[in-house]
Amino acid sequence: MRTATPPPVAPAGDHHDLAVVLFAVIVLVTLGITFWAGRRRGGGADDFYAGGRDFTPLQNGFALSGDYLSAASFLGVAGLIALFGYDGVLYSIGFLVAWLVVLMLVAELVRNAGRYTLADVLALRLRRRKVRAAAGGASVVVTLFYLVAQMVGAGSLVALLLGTNSAEARTWTIVAVGGLMIVYVTVGGMRATTWIQIVKAFLLVAGSVLLTVLLLVRFHGDVAELMRQAAQHSGAGQRYLEPGLKYGKSFTSRLDFFSLGLALVLGTAGLPHILSRFYTVPTARAARRSTMWAIGLVGGFYLMAIALGLGATALVGSAEVRHANAAGNTAVPLLALVLGGGNGSTGGVVLFAVISAIAFATILAVVAGLTLASSAAFAHDIWAGAWRGRPRRTRGGRGVRGSRGRRALVPASRRARGGADAATGTTTAERTEDGAPVTTERQEVLVARIAAVGIGAVAIVLSLFAQQLNVAFLVGLAFAVAASANLPVLLYSLFWRRFTPRGAVWSVYGGLIPAVVLVAFSPVVSGTKVALFPGVDFHWFPLENPGLVSIPLGFLAGWIGTLTSPEPADPDRYAELEVRSLTGAGAA
Amino acid sequence: MPAPTAPTAPAVSAPSAGADAEGGPSDDASTEVYRSVQNSLAFQRIRHSYRSFVFPVSGVFLAWYLLYVAAQAAAPGLMRTPVAGPVNVAWLLGLLQFATTFLLTWLYARNARTQRDRAALSLRWDTQDQLR
Repeated sequence: MRTATPPPVAPAGDHHDLAVVLFAVIVLVTLGITFWAGRRRGGGADDFYAGGRDFTPLQNGFALSGDYLSAASFLGVAGLIALFGYDGVLYSIGFLVAWLVVLMLVAELVRNAGRYTLADVLALRLRRRKVRAAAGGASVVVTLFYLVAQMVGAGSLVALLLGTNSAEARTWTIVAVGGLMIVYVTVGGMRATTWIQIVKAFLLVAGSVLLTVLLLVRFHGDVAELMRQAAQHSGAGQRYLEPGLKYGKSFTSRLDFFSLGLALVLGTAGLPHILSRFYTVPTARAARRSTMWAIGLVGGFYLMAIALGLGATALVGSAEVRHANAAGNTAVPLLALVLGGGNGSTGGVVLFAVISAIAFATILAVVAGLTLASSAAFAHDIWAGAWRGRPRRTRGGRGVRGSRGRRALVPASRRARGGADAATGTTTAERTEDGAPVTTERQEVLVARIAAVGIGAVAIVLSLFAQQLNVAFLVGLAFAVAASANLPVLLYSLFWRRFTPRGAVWSVYGGLIPAVVLVAFSPVVSGTKVALFPGVDFHWFPLENPGLVSIPLGFLAGWIGTLTSPEPADPDRYAELEVRSLTGAGAA
Repeated sequence: MPAPTAPTAPAVSAPSAGADAEGGPSDDASTEVYRSVQNSLAFQRIRHSYRSFVFPVSGVFLAWYLLYVAAQAAAPGLMRTPVAGPVNVAWLLGLLQFATTFLLTWLYARNARTQRDRAALSLRWDTQDQLR
């Protein structure tokens, strides 16, 4: 057994002690980044929501992949491959192909047409409070699902990595992770969140490369031999390399996988925390280039995850992986232990601790990004946009529902700001020129900070109740809701000339409500042993993932809503959206 | 500030223009500008080059991905067919998904860079000039 790891830095004791130390280092470093970034803030919305819009494509590409590659990807996908072989591979491909939708249909246009959130893009042409409220509400729901998934995962994972499995340790982990993410977001805003993502993504890629290289050296670069050994130690033989080990038991389970695949490929482009990343770069071209970096990083990462999953099966064995954690979540740390030289060796201990710490950093970074997106949707769309009505103020007062003669919706809120300060995003203009009770940018950012605390608290409480739910399922659900509620309305707004405000509202609710209702009556909530309420059975929807039904419903509802609209679409507003989204004229 | 004669200028300096563009002329005037730009030949060329690439390609990669996923359910026998060593058709198609994703990313970027970027940027300066 070779030890091809860095020189020993810790006594070769229990491998969990070093992990604890490294976890503390991660917490200190991220808090340091947060206060460093928070110190530089000027209190403006551009700073809080969009990090000043001066990140480079490379930085944002790392941050995008940092936001995207959650612990569910790093540990979950590799774990699925370790347990189910090819079916786990299938899972990872949907996560990657989804980025083509983001790259081609969404990234540049959203960057040009919006300011901070998804609802900004819709509001540019559909100037209705109802549209903003619907889109903002859907964004909050999606991020909450995602957030609960990450925090539930964090609870069980950190407890496992630290070597305890008590309910108390899980509970306190969830509370601690929740508290940290609130600090990151309220103190550091988007700038801190982005830097945390960059650091985390770098660690994640570096850790994966290190493990993959060690693994390939172990097998002398012979991937076929790796696959053969994996099949041999999987307990399933050749079936391990064939489809159907996990999703092939019945027609329903295969249909369920198709539903999940649809949700994965269409959901990414509707995830609020991904969309808001495009506002952290200055131009649409930079948004495109950051997406290309993200595709390279995410694709490379999943290729390595496949190798690591196979490696875990080949060197650790499926039975051992399943014994450590039924969902396979600890497959990669266990593989690290073996690659470093096995349990008890210094190399193994160090490598195990490092990989565990990277997983922990991953969780912290992703929850921070989610909390920020959620608080932005609440403060900017629901509070300032829909409730206080700031972004739709007119020069002549409020209350008229027509769209003609109305000030441009999103930019109006900033129109007194000079060009220079919009570029630096550091000052705030507290204006009362309209006489109307306006909310200033400073107030809105304050509300966003308070919302981050509130959303963080809600997420902590929900996570404590949802502890026994499967993490991969919760993530799949968040993708399904995003694909059903957010993507149809976004695509219709960007590309359909005749799309109307009613179509937008119907499209959001027509996707959101079926998605949530179908889940409530699915086997996930009741009727099976692993359900949320195992004692009762009120399920009638056979699939675990609602995407197959709710995504078409979202598109259908938007179409019907538009056709039945009493008023036609406003061609002027569409002209503005089209010109702005494709050329970047007037972009924030 | 935006100079229509400098389409190659770094766009980094541009984002500010939007905010005051909205504050300048009245809403009706800016609407006129957007309508006239939308009807201009230059804009329609940009839109055409964008849509004629993106729509068919999106259709193709979505169909290719969904067919691949559906094949697990519909044709498991075919997917099990060995190709080379431990690699079977399912693995081959899965790796091809990775390859096509990278390939389409590169093709899209090349298309945007050569067909649209320059024209879109100069139209942006033009539009912002008219808006002020």
